[in-house]
Amino acid sequence: MIAYALQQLINGITLGMVYGLIAVGYTMVYGIIGMINFAHGDVFMVGAYVGIIVLTAFSGMGIAAVPVGLLVALLVSVVLCGVYGFTIERAAYRPLRGSFRLAPLISAIGMSILLENFVQTSQGAKDRAIPEPIPGGFKIMQQHGFVVQMSYMQIAIIVTTLVTLGIFTYIVTKTPLGRAMRAIEQDAKMAALLGVNTNRVISLTFVIGSALAAVAGIMFLSYYGVINFFIGFNAGIKAFTAAVLGGIGSLPGAVLGGLLIGLIEAFWSGYATIAYKDVAVYSILAIVLMFMPTGLLGRADIEKV
Amino acid sequence: MTCLLEVSNLVMRFGGLTAVSRLSFTAMRGDITAVIGPNGAGKTTVFNCITGFYRPSEGEIIIHREDQSTLALHRLPGFAIAKRGRVARTFQNIRLFGGMTVLENLMVAQHNRLQAATGFTLLAVLGLGRYRHVEAEAVERAKYWLEATGLTDRADEPAASLPYGAQRRLEIARAMCTDPVLLCLDEPAAGLNPRESEELNALLLKIRAAGCSLLLIEHDMGVVMKISDHIIVLDHGKKIADGAPADIRTNPAVISAYLGDGDDDDEDAVPVAAQ
Amino acid sequence: MSDAVPAVSGRDTLIRYLRDAGGVGILALAIFVPFIGLRLHGHMNGLALGYRPKLLAIGVVLAVLARVLVLIWQDRRVHQGRAAWRAARIASAGKYVTPLLLGFAVLLPLVPGIANFYIDLGVLVMTYVMLGWGLNIVVGLAGLLDLGYVAFYAVGAYSFALLAHYYHFTFWECLPLSGLFAALWGVCLGFPVLRLRGDYLAIVTLAFGEIIRLVITNWISLTGGPNGIYNIPHPTFFGLNFNLGGGAGTFSGFFGIDPDPKQLTTYLYYIIFFLALLTNWVTLRLRRLPMGRAWEALREDEIACRSLGINVRNTKLTAFAIGAMFGGFAGCFFATRQNFISPDSFTFIESATVLAIVVLGGAGSQLGVALAAVVMIGIPALLQDLSIYRMLFFGLALVIMMVVRPRGFVSTRTPSIALGRRKLISSELISEGHG
Ligand SMILES: Nc1ncnc2c1ncn2[C@@H]1O[C@H](COP(=O)(O)OP(=O)(O)OP(=O)(O)O)[C@@H](O)[C@H]1O
Ligand SMILES: [Mg+2]
Repeated sequence: MIAYALQQLINGITLGMVYGLIAVGYTMVYGIIGMINFAHGDVFMVGAYVGIIVLTAFSGMGIAAVPVGLLVALLVSVVLCGVYGFTIERAAYRPLRGSFRLAPLISAIGMSILLENFVQTSQGAKDRAIPEPIPGGFKIMQQHGFVVQMSYMQIAIIVTTLVTLGIFTYIVTKTPLGRAMRAIEQDAKMAALLGVNTNRVISLTFVIGSALAAVAGIMFLSYYGVINFFIGFNAGIKAFTAAVLGGIGSLPGAVLGGLLIGLIEAFWSGYATIAYKDVAVYSILAIVLMFMPTGLLGRADIEKV
Repeated sequence: MTCLLEVSNLVMRFGGLTAVSRLSFTAMRGDITAVIGPNGAGKTTVFNCITGFYRPSEGEIIIHREDQSTLALHRLPGFAIAKRGRVARTFQNIRLFGGMTVLENLMVAQHNRLQAATGFTLLAVLGLGRYRHVEAEAVERAKYWLEATGLTDRADEPAASLPYGAQRRLEIARAMCTDPVLLCLDEPAAGLNPRESEELNALLLKIRAAGCSLLLIEHDMGVVMKISDHIIVLDHGKKIADGAPADIRTNPAVISAYLGDGDDDDEDAVPVAAQ
Repeated sequence: MSDAVPAVSGRDTLIRYLRDAGGVGILALAIFVPFIGLRLHGHMNGLALGYRPKLLAIGVVLAVLARVLVLIWQDRRVHQGRAAWRAARIASAGKYVTPLLLGFAVLLPLVPGIANFYIDLGVLVMTYVMLGWGLNIVVGLAGLLDLGYVAFYAVGAYSFALLAHYYHFTFWECLPLSGLFAALWGVCLGFPVLRLRGDYLAIVTLAFGEIIRLVITNWISLTGGPNGIYNIPHPTFFGLNFNLGGGAGTFSGFFGIDPDPKQLTTYLYYIIFFLALLTNWVTLRLRRLPMGRAWEALREDEIACRSLGINVRNTKLTAFAIGAMFGGFAGCFFATRQNFISPDSFTFIESATVLAIVVLGGAGSQLGVALAAVVMIGIPALLQDLSIYRMLFFGLALVIMMVVRPRGFVSTRTPSIALGRRKLISSELISEGHG
């Protein structure tokens, strides 16, 4: 039934956008300093929490204009997550730069555990829910009594994601900062010798990546309405999977990988069993990597001998 | 004299770039065959094809064994070339097991022989079987090559802590410990001082005397002209000359390849300039 | 202060400290306001916010103080030479630490009057020592990054649980089978993916770990799903069980002593102690055999290995399989110890913990891994009163320990063979592998 498939397509793209936004953060950090920032998913979770707190504050003050509240929540969340990203890099990763590969990985895992439990102990382990911020939507088509809906929230998510990615692409391709980032990605030592302030660029990379995660966190919050301290883990792993699927280090790859994973999940849930949707995602990742060892858009790394 | 290695119509393409095109040559058993050419001529690529790191786009690479049988190297998986084809190599950028000692490097090189004596590792874990005996033999072989390369004193030091020249020699010793019939050396004299270079000549002649043939990439014409029996000159992936050192030195095509190339004006590398 | 630190005037230092600490204060404020300063409460119509200004102030002050302490410590830390000296000291201390630890481990359950709790804690720590040693083969020796080691632990545990549940197998019958199954899984999973490099391998192993957990969770008809499997038998002592009722056929009845839960715990303790020692012994043996040397060579340089005729894929597979096998043994033991298993015991956090033990111990070092397991599992378990903050501190400790000792407790490598005296190899020369 085409209508049903269309509905899954819409749902999948929405979800994929959120994954894609988080995946970009993984891939950026990986591209520039070659480490898996395991705590990135938890920055996403922090972003969602900041969002729910701002929204609660707004409703506490009796301000009912939800779109305005959402916008403010987005801004506050972006800024605070930027601070989180900056601090995480300074405290846990910078002292290990140039050290052995496994040390930053463990440090990042530790940071992820720390953030999760920080939020759990400070805000409680309970699920927190908000009412749907922008209810309603419009009917796209109807077939055999099945209505294909695109909610206003979904539209908002897709539009926001596209705008965010647009700004982000501009930064990476057109600004001196983006040029410096790409230079460090090619050869960090050489870039430093040529006067690129590596530390600053790396800090900014974390800030930007975290800001994108914050946007994703707000999207997630307003789409699902329920969050807890643990959402960062699953979303983080999925987004990391997306980044690897697309070819880690490749920015378009991250978005593509995110979309694919969103679609796989939506269609698998729609046509097979929901229970095994994550198994499907991971299996497809493994199969893709078997045939394309560096992901869909990743650079083949032939080691010259 | 019999043919040991036969390369015919070797082509290697990387995307649009043809690094080696229709190259054919033979290396005789007991010879030192040198492959020379300007930078980027495709020498290392030829080595990588022979030793299985690249799969040739076209062409054949055949090893002729002493018992007249042949082995098609281009059909073997990478590791089997050293194991079954008994072709060993060194690398242009030294690749040692830096965190392991010199002796350990040489023991790893004898992996296949040692592994065969472990009874699928199980017996050796339990201390049974003839492993201990075979290991003692392997240590003797390692000692022989340590002696030959002047590394005996440093046997228990980590390979990465050796000075550059010693690392080059260790790489040769390690390759020799696999007991090869053909040893491929990629610029073994690069970065050596004149005295070390002399010692290297002596070592290579010793290896040849021990019955192992050599295939040698080298820019140092002092080394090449003095010790090689046969020279193949590559330029832009094509063979432009093939013959005894004396012929190569006066070959006009070779001279123009070295001098005519604007991007390669390394005077030392010109064959005529040597001696 | 050492001479290596250039002379700085006290005023400059103070200004530097103030600026730095001020920056940290601002960051801490931003970080803590939404989470410590504010608190979400469930409310009749949705959510409401509470305020905790005092807690917020304490948090910020603590962060600033911590930063100042770090600054002082950094300024006092003497230059590099000291680090090398300390590494040598630790290495030489290893000679005494190993027998001491071993003696302590042997005698622990025999200490008169020791509470059952401590023996049980010993069992827990020892399980992680064994897991650490098992994973060390893969990560420390072969240099392959495995983020899904828990998968093999789960395979071992569920092999036994299912065989016991459906076919009434006993622990001792299942122990070798669990190892075998885990190793087989290791080969099956490893075969297609071991040619992946670095982080691609890491994510695929992580994915496999998750797949196995998800399948166990969702295949309810076979595994009981999230409810797990109950009544897994405890091990028997030459046919004698440890029922607390006493009587014929029980351990206490046979030896004519009073039944005591400590008897079972002690028995379990020595079983896992033996299994851990077995892991260690096999690893140490393998390191001196061609297979173990090939693993280490692989970690150092895969391409050179290939040029020496080493079958890289098979060598990786053996490391993966043998590591998996020990994980399987440990899993089987875990099932028999717990009596009950559920997918909750096999989450990514377990893999991460074991990996952290390996890295913190100093990848490749057996002693270091044992020490790290004691520190990371033993100490948090003793801090039970703080249980809700336990994982918080665990995460914090991971970060701090990595920053302070990136290469782990014991980072030197002992050569596997030597003509003369074995000289330790410093960590700077050792590669970590790319696989
Ligand atoms: N893996 C590869 N991918 C793409 N191009 C390659 C690869 N390996 C080699 N090339 C190209 O093939 C050509 C020949 O390279 P090769 O390394 O064989 O030269 P060479 O004769 O060994 O030079 P040198 O004397 O500098 O070592 C070069 O243009 C090089 O860039
Ligand atoms: Mg070359």
